[in-house]
Amino acid sequence: MASLSFLEDRQAGSFPPAATGEVPGDLVLEVGKELMSRAAIGIPPDFKAAVKDMAEEEKNPLSLFVLNQIAQNYEIAEEDGRPMCGDTGLPRWYVKMGNDCRLQGGFCLLEKNLRQATAEATREIPLRPNRVHPITRADNNNNVGIHAPEIQYAFEPEGSWIELTTVHKGGLFGTDYRMLFPADGIPGIKRFFLDTWVEFGRRGMACQPAVIGLGIGGCKDTTMRIAKEAACLRAVGDRNPDPQLAEMEEELKNLGNSVGMGPMGFAGGSGVVDVHVEVAHTHTGGMQVAMHCFCFASRRATARISTTGEVSFRSDPQWFTPYYRREGIA
Amino acid sequence: MSITHIDQVEMNEVHLTCPVQADDLKDLKLGDLVYLDGVIYTGREGLYRRMLDEGVAPPVPLREVSNVNFHCSPAASPDEDGGFIVKAVTATASFRFGKWMKAFFEETGCKLIIGKAGMNSKEYKELFVPSGAIYLTTVGYGLGATYGRGVTGVRDVFWLEELGIAQAVWVLELKNLGPFIVESDAEGNSLFELSNKKINENLEKAYEGLPQPVLRRYGEELDRGEELV
Repeated sequence: MASLSFLEDRQAGSFPPAATGEVPGDLVLEVGKELMSRAAIGIPPDFKAAVKDMAEEEKNPLSLFVLNQIAQNYEIAEEDGRPMCGDTGLPRWYVKMGNDCRLQGGFCLLEKNLRQATAEATREIPLRPNRVHPITRADNNNNVGIHAPEIQYAFEPEGSWIELTTVHKGGLFGTDYRMLFPADGIPGIKRFFLDTWVEFGRRGMACQPAVIGLGIGGCKDTTMRIAKEAACLRAVGDRNPDPQLAEMEEELKNLGNSVGMGPMGFAGGSGVVDVHVEVAHTHTGGMQVAMHCFCFASRRATARISTTGEVSFRSDPQWFTPYYRREGIA
Repeated sequence: MSITHIDQVEMNEVHLTCPVQADDLKDLKLGDLVYLDGVIYTGREGLYRRMLDEGVAPPVPLREVSNVNFHCSPAASPDEDGGFIVKAVTATASFRFGKWMKAFFEETGCKLIIGKAGMNSKEYKELFVPSGAIYLTTVGYGLGATYGRGVTGVRDVFWLEELGIAQAVWVLELKNLGPFIVESDAEGNSLFELSNKKINENLEKAYEGLPQPVLRRYGEELDRGEELV
């Protein structure tokens, strides 16, 4: 049988030892690997409960069968310590830091450790090494490569902690972007939402039941980013603090489910688990929209590490805060 | 009698041993639930491109390995004994492999394709039926842990260095791997297409009052000689 040598993470650099009051790099690596494992194996409780609720309501026998299999698969994953889905997605990182936090080795050591955690967890859990070069298709076999994994940063005004969130999300279906205009109005947003949902929900390409994130405004990269974060980093049932957007979230959820497209695209009412809408100020002439579906293997895990070395894990990333949205900052 | 309406689906449980016999497949009905024992291999674009486009023969002819191809790649990793562990298995979407299927069936004698979300009935009738092949869809699709339990061993792996873990051809030993759902039958009918008919009944109402965007896109407008405003 063939053997395979894993490529070393080649990121260079030597770093001074951790000083008092700094988050040690070793701890970032250790917690990073633990997060990769927790995300891959354990479904967050909010999503698990939502699937159970859907199964209680579902009338269509094929859709109900699928929902029950999904619920059972969550149990098997945890019992056996197996990834809940064999397509372990494109692992990525969301990093948030309190403004008073200091890191051993600064951001370059942080990134080195997150890359190393990704590579080691890929081998040890194991995850599927999905990341390949887009043209040559060469696979480093460790989910690490050029611009991979993505690392997104955010900050809070106070706090001497760093929070790490990993998200493992598939990358092929359930995503779209469109340039709309004020003339398209809310009906235009709804139509884009339905078009994307029907396009990717058929045959269950979006691996529904899914949480749908919708980004409105910003510029194209912002729109895509907030849509993905809305899908991946907000818990089921969470509502946008803006009442108008909260209402839109409920309305879109009901609109999506009115199509009657359940898991695998079988007839049924269990397609859209929730809709999360995020907005960003945009060009006066435009109203761009983007959508992401986060599948029923809705994998995310978060930990906070303080500069005193305390670590706490949680399933809700609590990524969107008033400061992160820059609410009230004119 | 073949299934012609989604509400006729019976979801009968069927157990098959791989490689499969032609007789095993002829009576399977759309929506039946299938569990597999025996030996299968995995193959997706990496296999198709290398074997069919580049003309490289696999180290062992696939027809001697099995006649069941799983459109997937496992979450696999080397173990301490020089073998591999597979903990989770999930299929990849099959619609994009249609262009290789005819040559693949002829080359390998494959009778059963397992994957995600199927192909269309035109492809089943033109490519699958003449070869006596049918399509099983995985369930969900992210039942990686469930399917991982059904893989009891890795018998062999081809082209690991050349294609990487995610595209290599894995020869897997199975015990009660499933459930899979019969998506195409011996006549080339598609379960998903029957489902679509039912969903389509709801679309008009859902789209009520939602006009086309002011700026269209190519794709919606097929004639590139037309402008989009």
